[in-house]
Amino acid sequence: MSFFAAVHSEITKLLSTRLWWVLALIMVGYVALCAGGLGAIFGGVGSSNNGPPIPEAQLPQLIYSFATSVGYVFPVLLGALAVTSEFRFQSLTPTFLATPRRGIVLGAKVLTLLLAGAVFGVIALIASIGAGASVLSAFGIDPLLGDAETWAFVGRSVLAMALWSAIGVGLGALVPSQIAAIVIVLAFTQFVEPLLRAAASFTDWSAQLGQFLPGSASDALVGASVYTMLSPSSVSLDWWQGGLVLAGIAAVATVIGYFTSWRRDVS
Amino acid sequence: MPTGVPIEFAHLTKSFGNVDAVSDLSVVIEPGQVTGFLGPNGAGKTTSLRMLLGLVRPSSGTATFGGTPYGRLASPLRTVGASLEAASFHPGRSARNHLAVYAQAAGLPKTAPDAALEKVGLSAYAKRRVGGYSLGMRQRLGLAFALLGDPSVLVLDEPINGLDPEGIKWIRLLLRAMAAEGRTVLISSHLLSEVQQTVDDVIIISHGKLVHRGELSSLDVSDSKQVQVNADDRDRLAEVIRQAGYQVSNLRSGVLVENAEAAEIGRLAFAAGIPLTGLSQKRTGLEESFLTLVGEEGSL
Repeated sequence: MSFFAAVHSEITKLLSTRLWWVLALIMVGYVALCAGGLGAIFGGVGSSNNGPPIPEAQLPQLIYSFATSVGYVFPVLLGALAVTSEFRFQSLTPTFLATPRRGIVLGAKVLTLLLAGAVFGVIALIASIGAGASVLSAFGIDPLLGDAETWAFVGRSVLAMALWSAIGVGLGALVPSQIAAIVIVLAFTQFVEPLLRAAASFTDWSAQLGQFLPGSASDALVGASVYTMLSPSSVSLDWWQGGLVLAGIAAVATVIGYFTSWRRDVS
Repeated sequence: MPTGVPIEFAHLTKSFGNVDAVSDLSVVIEPGQVTGFLGPNGAGKTTSLRMLLGLVRPSSGTATFGGTPYGRLASPLRTVGASLEAASFHPGRSARNHLAVYAQAAGLPKTAPDAALEKVGLSAYAKRRVGGYSLGMRQRLGLAFALLGDPSVLVLDEPINGLDPEGIKWIRLLLRAMAAEGRTVLISSHLLSEVQQTVDDVIIISHGKLVHRGELSSLDVSDSKQVQVNADDRDRLAEVIRQAGYQVSNLRSGVLVENAEAAEIGRLAFAAGIPLTGLSQKRTGLEESFLTLVGEEGSL
C-alpha cells in the first residue's frame, strides 16, 4: 500500500530532524507562560472583586484556551516547514523517485501533519491546563477538571490544532519559498489577522465576514478565547462551522498548491 | 539477481520557451555494460535524465525502462537506482534516517539503509547529520540512495564529480561489477577523461541533440597517432627516425613522432642499436574527437 508507506515515510521525516521538538518546546513555554500569567491576573482580579465580571465557570476554559489562541502558530509553522523544506533542500527529487505519484505524497503529508498537529494540541493543552489549573487552584477557583464540558473543549482544541497544521501544509504548497512562508505565517497570525478581527467588529456586515477569518473560526471551534472574551458582542460561528471553515481553508490551499507548485518540474 | 532493463529514449524533447533544452533524442541503452552520457555543461544531460525519471515532463517523446515510464514502474526503487545531485537531502537528518525515509516510502526491507551505507563505505558515519558531510561523502550517500533497492538499472548524474582519486577508483570498480552482473548502468559526465576508463559505450549530446553514439573506441577516429620515445642519445634517435620518413619534434622528455605506431618505432631503434629509455603511444584521438563533436563549449 503505497499511501501508508508514504505516511510512514513522512512520519520518519518529521521525527528525524530537530524541528518538531524545538517548536514544541517553544510552544510549551509560551502557552504555559500565557496561561499561568493570565490565570494569576484573572484569579487575583476575581478574588478581589473589583475587575470585569468574568463568570468563574468560564474562567478555566478561557485560561486553557491559550493552548490554541496563542499556540496555533506552532502547528502552522510545523506544517509549512514540512513542505517548504522539501523545496529548499531539493529533497523532492528523492521523495518523488521513491513515490512517483505526487498526489500520494501530498496526501500522506496532510495526514501526517494532521496527526502531528493533534499531538501538538495535546502537548499545548497539557501546558495550558497544567499551568492554568495550578494557578487557578492556588486562588481557590475550581479548575473544573472533572467537568465533561472541559473535556469536550479539550477535544475540540485538539481538532483545531490538527486542522491548523494541515493549513500549514497547504500554505507551504502554495508558497514554496521557506522564508516567504515563515514571514506570511508570522505576519498574518501575529499582526494582520488580529487587526482584521478588531476592525471587522466595528460594523455588523463586516462582523459577518470577520467570523470566517481563520482565527475567528478556530476560536468558534474551540469555544473560548481571549479574543472573543474581549469583544463578547461579536458574532461567532457554531463550533462545527468553525471546524469546517478551517478544514476548507486547508483543503483549498492544498489543492491549489498541488496544481501550482507540487506538480511542477523538479529540477 | 536483477536482470537489466534497457533504457529507451524516443524522440524525447523538452522546450523552455523558444529554447530546446533537449530535442528529438532517440537512443537505447543496453544492459550489461556501462554507458557514458557525455556532453558539455548545459547540453541537456540532466534534463534528459530528469525526464527519464519522471521529475520533468517532456514536451514530447518518451523515456522508458523497457517500455514502462518511471511513474508506472511497479516498484521504482527496486527497478531503478538514481542519483542526481549531491545535495538533495535535509542537512539536519542523519545518513541512516535519510535513507530510511525513502526505504519506507518504497516499502523496502528495514535492513536496506544499513546495507546501502555498507556498500558505499559510510557505515561509520551512519548516525552523523548529513550537513557535516564532505562533498565526497555526499556523493557516496547519493550513490547509497541509488543502491537502496538493489536495482537492475543505475542512472547516475556526474557520479565522479567531487570524489578523491581513491573514490574514483572505487566507483569505477563498482560500476564495472554492476554492469558485469547484467545491470544497465548509465552515467553522465561533462569530461570524457573522467569516465574514459569506466565506460564501454558513449552517447554524446550537444545543444540538446544526439551527436554521437557508439563504442568508446569508435571515437578514436583521428589519424594523428603519435609516439613519444626517448633514449640516452636522443639526437641520434631523432636522426634515425627522421631518416625512416617520419616527422619528428623534440620534447623536453624525449622525441615526439607523428603518425606512428609504437611497435614500428621500437623496431627502428632496435635495428639501429639504440637502447630506448621510454616508448609510448599517445592517444589524443578520443579527447579531440569528443571536443570536435561537442563544439566550442567542449573546453568547459
